[in-house]
Amino acid sequence: MWSITPEELTAIKLSLRVAAVAMLFSLPVGVLTAYILSRGSFRGKILLDGFVHMPLVLPPVVTGYVLLILFGRRGPLGSLLEQTFGIVLSFRWTGAALAAAVMGFPLMVRAIRLAMDAIDRRSEEAAATLGASPVWVFLTVTLPLSLPGIIAGAMLCFAKALGEFGATITFVSNIPGETQTIPAAIYAYTQTPGGDGGAFRLSVVAVVLSFAALIASELLSRRTGQRRAGFE
Amino acid sequence: MIRFSCRLARPRFVLDADFTCTDGCVALFGPSGSGKTTVAKLIAGLEHPDSGRIAVDDHVLVDTAAGIRKPVHQRRVGLVFQDGQLLPHLSVQQNLAYGRYFAPKEAQAIPFDAVVELLGIGHLLAARPATLSGGERQRVAIGRALLAAPRLLVMDEPLASLDAARKLEILPFIERLRDELSLPIVYVSHALEEVARLATIVVRMANGKVAAQGPPSEVFASPLPDNAMDRFEAVSFLSGTALRELPEYATTILDHPAGEITLPGRFGPKGKTVRIAIRATNVTLATEKPHGLSVRTALKGRVHAIAGGDGPLTLVTVELEGGDHVSASLTRLAVADLGLERGREVYALVKAVSIDERSIATLGGE
Repeated sequence: MWSITPEELTAIKLSLRVAAVAMLFSLPVGVLTAYILSRGSFRGKILLDGFVHMPLVLPPVVTGYVLLILFGRRGPLGSLLEQTFGIVLSFRWTGAALAAAVMGFPLMVRAIRLAMDAIDRRSEEAAATLGASPVWVFLTVTLPLSLPGIIAGAMLCFAKALGEFGATITFVSNIPGETQTIPAAIYAYTQTPGGDGGAFRLSVVAVVLSFAALIASELLSRRTGQRRAGFE
Repeated sequence: MIRFSCRLARPRFVLDADFTCTDGCVALFGPSGSGKTTVAKLIAGLEHPDSGRIAVDDHVLVDTAAGIRKPVHQRRVGLVFQDGQLLPHLSVQQNLAYGRYFAPKEAQAIPFDAVVELLGIGHLLAARPATLSGGERQRVAIGRALLAAPRLLVMDEPLASLDAARKLEILPFIERLRDELSLPIVYVSHALEEVARLATIVVRMANGKVAAQGPPSEVFASPLPDNAMDRFEAVSFLSGTALRELPEYATTILDHPAGEITLPGRFGPKGKTVRIAIRATNVTLATEKPHGLSVRTALKGRVHAIAGGDGPLTLVTVELEGGDHVSASLTRLAVADLGLERGREVYALVKAVSIDERSIATLGGE
């Protein structure tokens, strides 16, 4: 009952890889997007805001379908990527990572943006009066001060990526060893006679991993907060 | 040398100010909402004028006519905020070093250790800003601004968030910056005693405009005619030399041609020149030398001028023996009862306790 089969272990490893890649690659874009949304004042900001948050409210199947159209081998972006970089996303684990990243992106941006909004703008002004150019102000003040939010956002994105199902299965299907992440494997087990044991074991693993990610995020944010308050 | 001339219109507020200060400390003085902080922000580059020009020595910071608008980080204006604004994620040491990193190497005139010593913050270097007291935070903020090798120091109410004892602790540091480092300072404050003590030139602001500018002894000699509250802001400046300290009473006696002045606190040694600021509301006039009064200071002089008007109050200016002037805020009734008129011999009485320690400046001397 409690022993994990090699197939299940493959799904777990794949899920962790997909989630880690999704988080790491979306992090720089997420920080930049959050910064633009927090500090920018330009026409169309509300549109960018809406666009970033779309995956949060759209049916995941629709998101997956849009990815399939854009990044499929014959899609405009998919064919471009294949011809220039030799990167194929559809029906590959990299595509699963893209789907997970897109779904986790709004959560990440939201957490980072809230942290950036909460920074006292006068800290940035003070740094500028001391001679720091805007890039230096961003690197030495904005970024470190929003670190708890960045960590929280990254962890949320990771946890969301671990659990992503609808967009993934639509975009890259459910191929064991290639695109079959934990949720897809659980779904497959529930569709198979006698698959209850596998579904149960993987569900327990999913609960443990998600919970661990949340706790880790909380602990990391708390530690950075304490250092700031001078209790180190 | 600071030349400032800017116009800026905001909903419900218009700033239109113009002043020049050749050296030392220019104090922007006025009630809240008069535009002092806006001027400080304009100099630092955190606000931008609709039109105008700001120059420090030969460096033009803003000139709208010539299309010049230097970004904040290229101005080298050291701004000290009201609450310090230390970077919370850095230690005191890192905060101090922050601006130094960006300052041009050839401009780093003041060594790190000298600043630390001048401000007495050596024991705080490893601490985080959140653990500092208000006074410590303010001293670190001043040090950080100095180490960025600024052309000009702008201090926006740097003492406003501190208690009286801390204010007295920091004022001498600012005086030393002005005198020993010859750093031009723009000092923004609504605290008359601080301004009286530090300013070479006072720019008095009201409703976004410059109401008066000049040396403190001139600007504060007479109140603004259109504001009844300003009778509290007429101030006279007297200079004397320390005659003796009375250690057992923690009191100093100053020698002045019109009589001895008793000061709370020790401002010796003997021979030091001490300048004090006295508010007109704290001066009592007597037509003969009083006896049996607790007031120690009685300065002999003659009535020089009596302000007109038909309100309840008036301002009487007395020319003291030796030539200094002191103003007294009196009721017109008292003026009539005592029969005060120009040329009448009077004694100006000043309670020692009414002299704010913040306004007592020792100017050196022997």
